Amino acid sequence: MANDPIHQFHIQEFFQIGTIGDTEFHFTNSAFAMGATVAIVAGFLYLATAKNSLIPGRLQSVAELAYEFVAGTLRSSTGKEGMRFFPLVFSLFMFILVANFFGMFPYFMTATSQIIITFLLSMTVMLTVVGYGFAKHGFGFLGLFVPSGVPMAVVPLVSAIEVISFLSRPISLSVRLFGNMLAGHITLKVFAGFVASMASLGAIGVGGAILPLVMTVGLTALEFLVAFLQAYIFTVLTCMYLNDALHPGH
Amino acid sequence: MTWFISPAHAEDAAPAPASADVPPAPTETHTEVGHEAGGKAPFPPFDTQKFPSQILWYVVFFGLLYLLMKRVLVPRLSTIVEGRAQRIAGDLEEAQRLRIESDKALGTYEKALADAKSAAHAIAQASTDEAKAAATKQRADIEASLAAKLEAAEGRIGEIKAKALGDVNAIAEETAAAVVAALSGHQPSPDEVAKAVSAVATK
Repeated sequence: MANDPIHQFHIQEFFQIGTIGDTEFHFTNSAFAMGATVAIVAGFLYLATAKNSLIPGRLQSVAELAYEFVAGTLRSSTGKEGMRFFPLVFSLFMFILVANFFGMFPYFMTATSQIIITFLLSMTVMLTVVGYGFAKHGFGFLGLFVPSGVPMAVVPLVSAIEVISFLSRPISLSVRLFGNMLAGHITLKVFAGFVASMASLGAIGVGGAILPLVMTVGLTALEFLVAFLQAYIFTVLTCMYLNDALHPGH
Repeated sequence: MTWFISPAHAEDAAPAPASADVPPAPTETHTEVGHEAGGKAPFPPFDTQKFPSQILWYVVFFGLLYLLMKRVLVPRLSTIVEGRAQRIAGDLEEAQRLRIESDKALGTYEKALADAKSAAHAIAQASTDEAKAAATKQRADIEASLAAKLEAAEGRIGEIKAKALGDVNAIAEETAAAVVAALSGHQPSPDEVAKAVSAVATK
């Protein structure tokens, strides 16, 4: 079972915390991963901003770097009024980033490799977009689906396409993150499994195990890149979708 | 390792009856049913039975993170970053203001320097003119006095010359008298001598 690449995605239920109807609620390993992620993010940012010095220390530089990075991304795609969403976008970025990195530690769960978690993350974005869009623009928000400058004859067709593209956003957003984390971890596990199984074949096997070992090391580095990249992509797309909520009229 | 697979599978195989038939011990029932069915467990991330717990914990933890971000962390961060930006902008503005001020001071200083220079120049010019005039006057005075002295000296020279010329007649008379006396042995009268000398001198 140790070499089963799927094993790492199993939700382990540590203890039950209650039931509603037939539904059982457990404290699981993914819950632990999410809790630890939140604790790390909040603890890090709290400690990093504790000194509030004009010339930042190391921790504060990192926190400021993350702040400037996300704020710059948000500001460049939504403008100044988009900064009202900064706490949400920063939460999403830090949560996904730290959850992805958290999964890189052996024996720890990658919460973002669970499609339900990535789906919830993307739904958080989409509900914010839809909720804010209707609250701010009323039915004018539906102008999002009618691009300006399109001849009246093709408006129904274009609008239909726009609606479909809008509805597929939460799916693409969640599946992208989920698929990347899942595939990366499976690949890593498969190559690491090769090392163990080849090494058990004797002297030739040990020599042959070097190749998958090198691959595993390379893939680990790649996974760290992917962990950051996916958090960034999620953030950028979130900013673009929020821009739709702020300025529906293309 | 089957303990985490079985319940999920049991849900797929017999969801409703399992909980309906044997309400007191649902977990055990699930496990048994799972083993009996012997099918494959769903791919773990698609195991819908585990979704409610994850939704709950996501809401709890992400909600907590969002609240912390909104209330505590982002305000602290933005205070630092925006505060620094404001501080830098303020400092730049102050530096600009001071620069303008110093430029103004420099302008005033340069103007004062130019004024002082021109004043000094004027003073120097005036004193040079004065000194020149004084020197010219002095030179004229000295020249006048020198001319007067020269005139006096020339007068005296003429006097002395006339006197000397007078003396020459007397010496000539004496010499002539002495020469006559020595040649003839006879002392001529002074009148004769004087007559003879003046006759020669006027020639």
